[in-house]
Amino acid sequence: MNDILLRVRDLRVDFGAHAVIRGVSFDLCSGETLSLVGESGSGKSTLARAILRLLQPVQGSVEFRGLDLLRCPAAALRAQRRSLQIVFQDPLASLDPRMTVGETIGEPLKIFEPGLNAGARQLKVRETLERVGLSSEMSGRYPHEFSGGQCQRIGIARAVVLRPDLLICDEAVSSLDVSIQGQIINLLLDLQQEMGMAMLFISHNLAVVRHLSHRVLVMYLGKLVEIAPCDALFESPVHPYTRALLAAVPHVPHATGAAAPAVPGEQAVPDMISSGCAFRERCPYALSVCEASEPPLLEVAPGHWAACHRSHERLNPLSLSP
Amino acid sequence: MVPTLSVDRLRISFSYRSGSVEAVDGVSFSIAPSECVGLVGESGSGKTQIFMAAMGLLGRNAQVSGSVRFEGNELLAADASTLNRVRGSQLTMIFQDPMTSLTPHLTIGTQLAEVMVTHLGMPWKDARSIAGHMLERVHVPEPKRRLNQYPHELSGGMRQRVMIAMSLLCEPSLVIADEPTTALDVTIQAQIIELLRAVRGEFGMAVVLISHDLAVVAGLADRILVMYAGSVVENAIAEELFKHPRHPYTAELLKCMPSVTGPRLDRLPTLAGQPPRPGETLEACPFAPRCPRAADRCRLERPRLEGSSTSQVACHFPLA
Repeated sequence: MNDILLRVRDLRVDFGAHAVIRGVSFDLCSGETLSLVGESGSGKSTLARAILRLLQPVQGSVEFRGLDLLRCPAAALRAQRRSLQIVFQDPLASLDPRMTVGETIGEPLKIFEPGLNAGARQLKVRETLERVGLSSEMSGRYPHEFSGGQCQRIGIARAVVLRPDLLICDEAVSSLDVSIQGQIINLLLDLQQEMGMAMLFISHNLAVVRHLSHRVLVMYLGKLVEIAPCDALFESPVHPYTRALLAAVPHVPHATGAAAPAVPGEQAVPDMISSGCAFRERCPYALSVCEASEPPLLEVAPGHWAACHRSHERLNPLSLSP
Repeated sequence: MVPTLSVDRLRISFSYRSGSVEAVDGVSFSIAPSECVGLVGESGSGKTQIFMAAMGLLGRNAQVSGSVRFEGNELLAADASTLNRVRGSQLTMIFQDPMTSLTPHLTIGTQLAEVMVTHLGMPWKDARSIAGHMLERVHVPEPKRRLNQYPHELSGGMRQRVMIAMSLLCEPSLVIADEPTTALDVTIQAQIIELLRAVRGEFGMAVVLISHDLAVVAGLADRILVMYAGSVVENAIAEELFKHPRHPYTAELLKCMPSVTGPRLDRLPTLAGQPPRPGETLEACPFAPRCPRAADRCRLERPRLEGSSTSQVACHFPLA
């Protein structure tokens, strides 16, 4: 798990005058699961799309197995895409309503393995359907005939049929009911073990992230604010924003009605950040330095990095209520 | 004491060209004044439809039977003018998506004031000034300026605060909050739950909190109703429900919920199978195909919701 599969460096994405990703760098190893958490508007999905070059960053590099995806010619990029797959949030909307499930799952094969004849392709589609927990008899049906959970299985089948090296899951379980969510996550974990692929798991649900990640990356307003091994992030979060996120997660059973402290305020719009730390207005620990200069990303423990001026102090815990 | 809301043997079905689909299958419960009841269930369990029926908001293809009484008065048989006297004033609703539940082309001030002009016959000028005060009470920053803004100028969290303010304007006796935090980020969700708790203390109205997430309901509800496939399967005091769930579905649901505390798991616990499609339930217990405790009887006879008003379960073999 030590060889670096994906190396993202100083990535910046602008939407018009808005800076949406403001210089993000990280590595992802083969077979590793890195989760990307943050609130809406933090740039999680944009980052995923920039990595796949579904949109063009203004600066930075994305190296996949040593090849810079942002600068390589279209043909080379296309060749890499078979190893880079994505599962989207809305399971029904991400399937073509006029294509049968078999056609949808078979399409990547048609494109990337043109040598395969129709019979062999059919066989592979059927195998993949079975593998994701659907019956191979369903390959002639259309997406609207399936439930949300089943559609997500189809989306996963389409993504893994080529055995990618990197699977990006963009809020892939967020629209599913709890009882279905666990099934889909376990399926992803099984497939990962079997195929040895790396996963970039984008989610706003920290409770889910905790059980499936090797490492977790926290974003706030287009910046990486903390990255750490999973246990370290949940047991000793450093950045006040990470702590606030953890404290805000509702949980059961709820003892004596004592609520977790709600962090005040809302995420600013990108234009409003002139200088300093983007979180400072909501941060209970903010000092004058936080307004004056932007905190650098510093290593606070092995493999645990945080971008906070006070990351080396022991701040009072924003405790999780019991 | 007259309950604030009493629902009795409510059935709702929808007819389509392909046939009729049962969405709510004989549901009964009541809500006492000032009580906060959580209504939990997965999508399609019928939780929203109950209150759409109460508010007279169901589509034309809906058939409704049974009874829904609000402070003793039947709502199902009421004509529009009778309904309009209570809904929006005494019986109010907060929806999931605060963008689509506000009118995009009217200012916040106009939309809030309109409630009082319509229901209380108040002059516009007074109504606007009360609207401003109400925004202040739900902690909207710069309330005066907000009155002149349009919904798209506010964030999701702010819009939900506006919806909450709107629901409180006529001092309602019951507020129905239907997934009020589902569309919001987790830190904003925590703020809105806290706000609901605060206004409930301040205004003393009864609240129904509808959610698919037991954890959200846990922070607020005194009592919880769990729905599955159109029926209430368990009714219990919140604390009891989390400590000693009695219906296997409740117990399985609690087990399935990933947590940020406790041991880390390699695999998430799951509930096998899927809920029945609406209309699929027969004489059997609808949960039987997914239930670890199911026996022959469960596949032959549908269990009824039985027990005292604060501890009911619809199961042949409930957990002790």
